[in-house]
Amino acid sequence: MADVVRVVAADDPVRPLFSPSGELTPEAKSRLGLDAAALRDLYRHMVLIRRADQEALNLQRQGELGLWGQYLGQEAIHVGAVTALRTEDWIFPSYREFGMAMVRGVDPADMLTLFRGLSHGPWDPRKYHFAPLAIPVATQVPHAVGFAMGCRLKHTDEVVLSTFGDGATSEGDWHEAMNFAGVFKSPVVFLCQNNHWAISVPLSKQTAGSIVDRAKGYGFPGIRIDGNDVLGVYAAVRAAATRARQGDGPYLIEAVTYRMGAHTSSDDPTRYRLDSDLAAWGSRDPIARYQAWLKDQGIIDDGLIAAMAAEAESAAQAMRARLIAIPAPPPGEAIFGRVYSNPPASFVQEREEFEASLEDN
Amino acid sequence: MAKAINLSLRDALTRDENVLIFGEDVGALGGVFRITDGLQKAFGEERVFDTPLAESAIIGVAVGLALRGFRPVPEIQFDGFIYPAFEQIVSHVAKYRNRSGVSLPITIRVPFGGNIGAVEHHSESPEVYFAHTAGLKVVTPATPADAYALLQTAIDDPDPVVFFEPKARYYLKEEIDPAARVPIGRARVAHEGSGVSVIAYGPTVSIALQAAKTASQEQISLEVIDLRSLSPLDMDTVMASVRKTHRAVVVHEAPVFCGFGAEVAARISHDAFDVLEAPVGRVGGLNVPYPPARYEKLYLPDVDRILQAADAALAYG
Repeated sequence: MADVVRVVAADDPVRPLFSPSGELTPEAKSRLGLDAAALRDLYRHMVLIRRADQEALNLQRQGELGLWGQYLGQEAIHVGAVTALRTEDWIFPSYREFGMAMVRGVDPADMLTLFRGLSHGPWDPRKYHFAPLAIPVATQVPHAVGFAMGCRLKHTDEVVLSTFGDGATSEGDWHEAMNFAGVFKSPVVFLCQNNHWAISVPLSKQTAGSIVDRAKGYGFPGIRIDGNDVLGVYAAVRAAATRARQGDGPYLIEAVTYRMGAHTSSDDPTRYRLDSDLAAWGSRDPIARYQAWLKDQGIIDDGLIAAMAAEAESAAQAMRARLIAIPAPPPGEAIFGRVYSNPPASFVQEREEFEASLEDN
Repeated sequence: MAKAINLSLRDALTRDENVLIFGEDVGALGGVFRITDGLQKAFGEERVFDTPLAESAIIGVAVGLALRGFRPVPEIQFDGFIYPAFEQIVSHVAKYRNRSGVSLPITIRVPFGGNIGAVEHHSESPEVYFAHTAGLKVVTPATPADAYALLQTAIDDPDPVVFFEPKARYYLKEEIDPAARVPIGRARVAHEGSGVSVIAYGPTVSIALQAAKTASQEQISLEVIDLRSLSPLDMDTVMASVRKTHRAVVVHEAPVFCGFGAEVAARISHDAFDVLEAPVGRVGGLNVPYPPARYEKLYLPDVDRILQAADAALAYG
């Protein structure tokens, strides 16, 4: 690529939208360009994905799912970020971005088959522009950068959202990918969901430095924002994406939030964190805060709030019913069906022998 | 062989605008082995480009580029430098299609093997790590003609291929026919014989051929099989040979312990138990880290060790 040597861009269209502490300024908030329906939709999506998250946890507790990783408390990031993108912009998630996938339109019941032990990746990434969940931490970040490099080579104005947690920033792949993005000036928005915990290890033991400040070392700007403000996340991702779309390269957003649930349903956070921390963050709940603001602005009322809660309740019940009704694919197809496009004869033979052995039993 | 691979890359770049070549020093320098010599000049910096020095990201961005519709052909500079990329190859390149239904037409080129008098990490044979991973295809040519043709097939394949180049054989010369096709998963009989089947791949094929030549002077007939592809493995060709000779020796540079020969020997022992006249022999590296260069000749399979194994097979019972 032509301009592999570059200096740090002086332009940073994101920073002027925020106060030094990472709060969206009132002026920026008034210029978001979102009408009342769009503002209500942000709220509605947060309510929908939170109820789905709770239902998935219920399903796990009832033995219907093998595992569940809650995103409780991180809904503003999931909804704000996805809404700020165009539908053709790809998203490369880690493993806690179920809510993001829902906002993108992936059927949540289909998605849950992953946690039900029926599939490793139940949706077509090309249909939703939403990559498979990446379980090995930070390994998806170079995929996002490669995809973004490809967008640039194809001379399109697509951008890519790469999302990961605070723990991911300790991984070599994260560093390598950030460095590539800077060198190749890739149209990618890095969104760190700093939820303060990597399973049981707190942020203070994850890094002695600042996550956002690392952007400068890779040759592009970054900002730390309040990750519990859906409008702030929306504004930051949209501005960073617009900048990337214009060819100005990557941007790092560190969205500060808190993992209100356990790491997963197999985890016991009482062994490593205090209830008082939870209470402090509970008072900054992204849905409650946004609801209060919307009411204050006269954009929603109690009737609408109740109607959206009822919609989320019935959607969660529908998700549950559909999930339980989804039949298990036949073993031969589930195990062998998608390994190769062009399966070798020996592989086909092994599948046939496997399937024949099932018939014998 | 180096020129054959260069020509194969050149033809792939010409044929398909989605083919991209990248890695460490592959651009202006043309690679440390000059395999990509002249390609950046001919096809531009968007098609052939240097990357930062980061093997995991080289493979990781190949995944993203493949998802975006490209056919990435990344180069890992040396066998011993592939390990940082191991997670990307094993956890993503190999498994992405199984997970998502999306094929990744990535060809990872890796010069491998010893016998070049190098410092540590430049002479390794890590092929089994990848052959053991379902979802990957693993091939290695032994001749310039196969290097050209197999690389064409690998780049055209919709699935990921790890392409191991026997760097000590880059100097081999022969006329090649660019129209010739070599499918992945098809071994070849490199030399016909009747006494013992010597099964080799990559750098050891030429050693096996020398052994066959030497043996013929003593009226011992060795048949040399060049596997060409480790995964998938063409057992039909191997078994046809063993059913003729009733004896087999497998040769590779990697340590014998858990080496690829273990798979081949087990398969022969199981499938040809009725005709075997001797246990399947294995000739390979010692179960030690690759030795300092002055000792590598003692570590690597040579003509004498192949002949000893063949003699042992012939003398058995």
